[in-house]
Amino acid sequence: MEEKIDRDHLVAIARHATTDVFSTMLGMEIEPLEAYAETEPPVAAAGILSLIGFAGTWVGNGSFFCTAPMACSIADALLMAEHHTVDEEVLDAMAEMTNMILGNVKTELEAVLGPMLLSIPTVLYGRNFVKRSLGKREWIVIPFNCKEERFEIQICMAPNPNPEGLRSCFRPYGVHA
Amino acid sequence: MPLDVLIVDDSAAIRKILQRVLRQAEMSIGEVFEAGDGVEALASLKEHKVGLVLSDINMPNMDGLQLLSQIRGSADWKNLPVLMITTEGSQNKVLEAVNLGASGYVRKPFTADQIKEKLVGLV
Repeated sequence: MEEKIDRDHLVAIARHATTDVFSTMLGMEIEPLEAYAETEPPVAAAGILSLIGFAGTWVGNGSFFCTAPMACSIADALLMAEHHTVDEEVLDAMAEMTNMILGNVKTELEAVLGPMLLSIPTVLYGRNFVKRSLGKREWIVIPFNCKEERFEIQICMAPNPNPEGLRSCFRPYGVHA
Repeated sequence: MPLDVLIVDDSAAIRKILQRVLRQAEMSIGEVFEAGDGVEALASLKEHKVGLVLSDINMPNMDGLQLLSQIRGSADWKNLPVLMITTEGSQNKVLEAVNLGASGYVRKPFTADQIKEKLVGLV
C-alpha cells in the first residue's frame, strides 16, 4: 500500500491540534500564520525547542519552537503559577505541550498512514543553535501568533525504508504470534 | 471515607494539573500519590492502599498498558478503578486499554469537567 501525506492536510491537522490544545489546556487564543517549507538551512535560533519522533510507514520528527518568555507564559497558563525564568517546570510544560499537540497530529495521521509510534519528547533550551535532519529533509513550518509572540510547530517526515521492522511493535498486548 | 488516589504520568506538569483537578472535584479526596512510570506505580501500589488510579499510556520503563495488565492480573488490585488519561488516541490503543480492563479513557487535551465527570462515574 502506498500512503502519501498531503502537505495541506498536514498543516490543517497541525493547526487544529495546536488550537485545540491551547484553548482547552491553556484557555489561550492563537492566530495561525501562513505555513511554509523550510528548504534553506535555518539561521541560528535562540529559545526552546521541544522535539518528538514519529515512527510507522513514515518516520520523522515534530517540534515546538518558541522564545523563553512565550514558554514561561505557556507554563503559567498550564500550571496556574507564575514563572519568570525557564526552569524545570517550564521545560516540563513545553514537553507536555509537544506531546499533546504532536500526539494528536499522530492520531490524525494514522487514519492515512496506519499505526504509528510516538517517542518521548526531548526539550532543548539555549542560544545560537541550529537543528538539522539527516539527509537535508524539508521541514514544514506552521507558525502562530499568541499574545504578540510567535511560536512554531515544525514537522519533518519521510517514507520509512523499512516499515516491516516495526510490525512487532504494533502487536496487541496478550496476543502472541 | 476519603479516597486515596495514585497519579501515574511521566510529565510532572500533568501530575500537578490532575492534583489540582482532584482537589477541585466535589469528592472526598485523601492522599494523592504520584509515580513517573509503571514501575514506580507498582511500587507505590504495594506501599499504599489507593481507591483509584489515573494513568498515562506512553511512559518510559513500563507504559500504562503494561501497568494496567499487571494491575488486572493481581488478586489485590483486579477491581481497582483505573482511568487512562492520555494523548494516545489511536483506535488500537483504546481497544487494548478496554480489553485489558481500563475503567475509563480520557484523551489529552482535557478539561477539568471531563475528568470530574469520569471520576463521578467511577467511584
